[in-house]
Amino acid sequence: MNSRTLTTVYVPGDAGAVSLGADAVAAALERECRARGTPIRIVRNGSRGAYWLETLVEVKTPAGRVAYGNVQSSEVPSLLDAGLLTGAKSSWWLGNIEKHEWFQSQQRLTSTRLGVVDPTDIDDYIVHAGYSGLSSALSMQPQDIVRAITDSGLRGRGGAAFPTGIKWQTVHDQPAAQKYIACNADEGDSGTFSDRMLLEGDPFALIEGMTIAGLAVGATRGYIYLRVEYPHAARALARALHVARERGYLGADIRQSGRDFDISVRMGAGAYICGEETSMLESLEGRRGEVRVRPPLPAIKGLFGQPTVVNNVVTLATVPTILSLGAAHYRDFGQGKSRGTVPFQLAGNVKRGGLVERAFGLTVRELVYDYGGGTASGRPVRAVQIGGPLGAYLPESQFDTPLDYEALAARDGLLGHGGVVVFDDTVDMARMARYALEFCAIESCGKCTPCRVGSTRGVELVDRILTSSNGSRAGDLALLDELCDTMASGSLCGLGGLTPYPVRSALKHFREDFHSSGVG
Amino acid sequence: MQRVLPRGASAPRAWHVMSAANLERCVATAVARMGGEPGPLIEILHSVQNELGFVPPEAVPLIADALNLSRAEVHGVISFYHHFRDRPAGQHTLKLCRAEACQAMNGNVLAEFAKRRLQVDFGKTSDDGKVTLEAVYCLGNCACAPSAMIDGQLRGRVDEAMLSNCLDGWGVRE
Repeated sequence: MNSRTLTTVYVPGDAGAVSLGADAVAAALERECRARGTPIRIVRNGSRGAYWLETLVEVKTPAGRVAYGNVQSSEVPSLLDAGLLTGAKSSWWLGNIEKHEWFQSQQRLTSTRLGVVDPTDIDDYIVHAGYSGLSSALSMQPQDIVRAITDSGLRGRGGAAFPTGIKWQTVHDQPAAQKYIACNADEGDSGTFSDRMLLEGDPFALIEGMTIAGLAVGATRGYIYLRVEYPHAARALARALHVARERGYLGADIRQSGRDFDISVRMGAGAYICGEETSMLESLEGRRGEVRVRPPLPAIKGLFGQPTVVNNVVTLATVPTILSLGAAHYRDFGQGKSRGTVPFQLAGNVKRGGLVERAFGLTVRELVYDYGGGTASGRPVRAVQIGGPLGAYLPESQFDTPLDYEALAARDGLLGHGGVVVFDDTVDMARMARYALEFCAIESCGKCTPCRVGSTRGVELVDRILTSSNGSRAGDLALLDELCDTMASGSLCGLGGLTPYPVRSALKHFREDFHSSGVG
Repeated sequence: MQRVLPRGASAPRAWHVMSAANLERCVATAVARMGGEPGPLIEILHSVQNELGFVPPEAVPLIADALNLSRAEVHGVISFYHHFRDRPAGQHTLKLCRAEACQAMNGNVLAEFAKRRLQVDFGKTSDDGKVTLEAVYCLGNCACAPSAMIDGQLRGRVDEAMLSNCLDGWGVRE
């Protein structure tokens, strides 16, 4: 039967959806429809990001795509009986998911194709505005591409928030026979998954973004450093790279432009520190992921000693949108020095967790309550941690803080990679502070003393505070504060340097938890 | 990625009887696959571990020779990264996420449960060689916490009943 006459059903192939049973749903649909004599065409799209609705099945009807939420494989026969293939209403029915209140208020610029396209199909990507950014770039001078990125106000979405255009300009200005684009896909922060979703659900956007970066700075080689914890993403990326090469979007003479660019994937090996850019470069070169002392900056002396653009997946996947819609369009989102949008990731103890892309300026409260719907446990929210394991804990009294780089810095916190983890009132904040130090000890590369030794001494101190008598506790709390000072000012990189954020914020806002018997 | 480790309880442990010639061939293939690519060590270690399930200490001098590195440099890289192991894992591997988002969803209770059922700590293999229990720090599935990777399969919203079923299926005694 011709595939055009078959009804198309979308079942996400995203790792998160699969972790909730999406593969079994797809298999059951295939089997059941075949048995009923109405075979279907199943597309394994990415996830749209509403993980609280996964497995989210969509069917293509003459009136558009119709969604069904929280589908279990055992329910597939009932779902079909209830008219899935015609988009009929049933208890799973959600209608057009883009009109759902959870999606309608989002501002999707980077994640616009997530869950919409078939991530294996480059033509589907092109139909959805893919490669229009590259078309523009191929007709521009490299300096003009760099200027467009600078004008857009885009800052590094990996966590450090360095202006992307300035980084590109530095690499552009270096005279070197070989330059590199190194994509950091070592998304290790707890509470974050936007890189993974893009790699699995819209991999061509990253490939296009890296290609544009290559054209802009004069680099012909790209590397993607992908964490080994992401096997689904590795497969999706390998497929997409193969297709892009076959279709002339990668390799020699891209789209008959006379320009070359190709990408290799290198797998990480389970080291959080390799998300730090210089440590990642060491690892890409096949060594222990020990951080490098800066200067020189990677933009001047990076991978294999050559000028290198190091950017995160989200940053690079946003580049095509900027070139295609224009720098001004992107810059018009956001506030202050935080321009554009962020794919926030709402996670942990939250009722409606997932990917929420909004312009900077959304408040923590809006994110946690309007999108998240409060805790999954139904208990009161006590704290959120923003920006991964190195981010600060905020109490409810600070939930009106707008999510942008400057506002969070003013709260002694950071936005990081945009992850927000929600905790209910059963959380023991002394335990979380101890964990922050323990994590630092486990993941420290060992190169500098404040991080390597300070983290272990910190764990011991917290243990002592929680078991000691009132008399010595005040002294130990002061010592912990001093230790945080040493780590913050004396560490070579952000791991040791930022671990004090979660520790100090827990101490400041939840001091009542730092009493004996607090940690078992 | 294909593992050649035997899964059945009574299957012979191939890695114990692996000949020096087989190991040499495995390393040579891994080295050749990287061609002249710069900085190939970690990729080579991945190839060897994907093939054998671990990086045998006997492979270290072979890899060092092929790349003109010292044994210490190769050993240093293996020991730096949590992913690489220098001995075989159990027949099954249970990786539990220990990071914040999973802790917010009772991940600690789940971790204690797994340790109690298996009678081992994280990073260890149960005495009968059946199950290796490992801590991971984020599987990128934080909106579906708590998460686990069970023999390479990612699972979300894991609870004690699910873990218990899985361990029962592997023949782990109560």
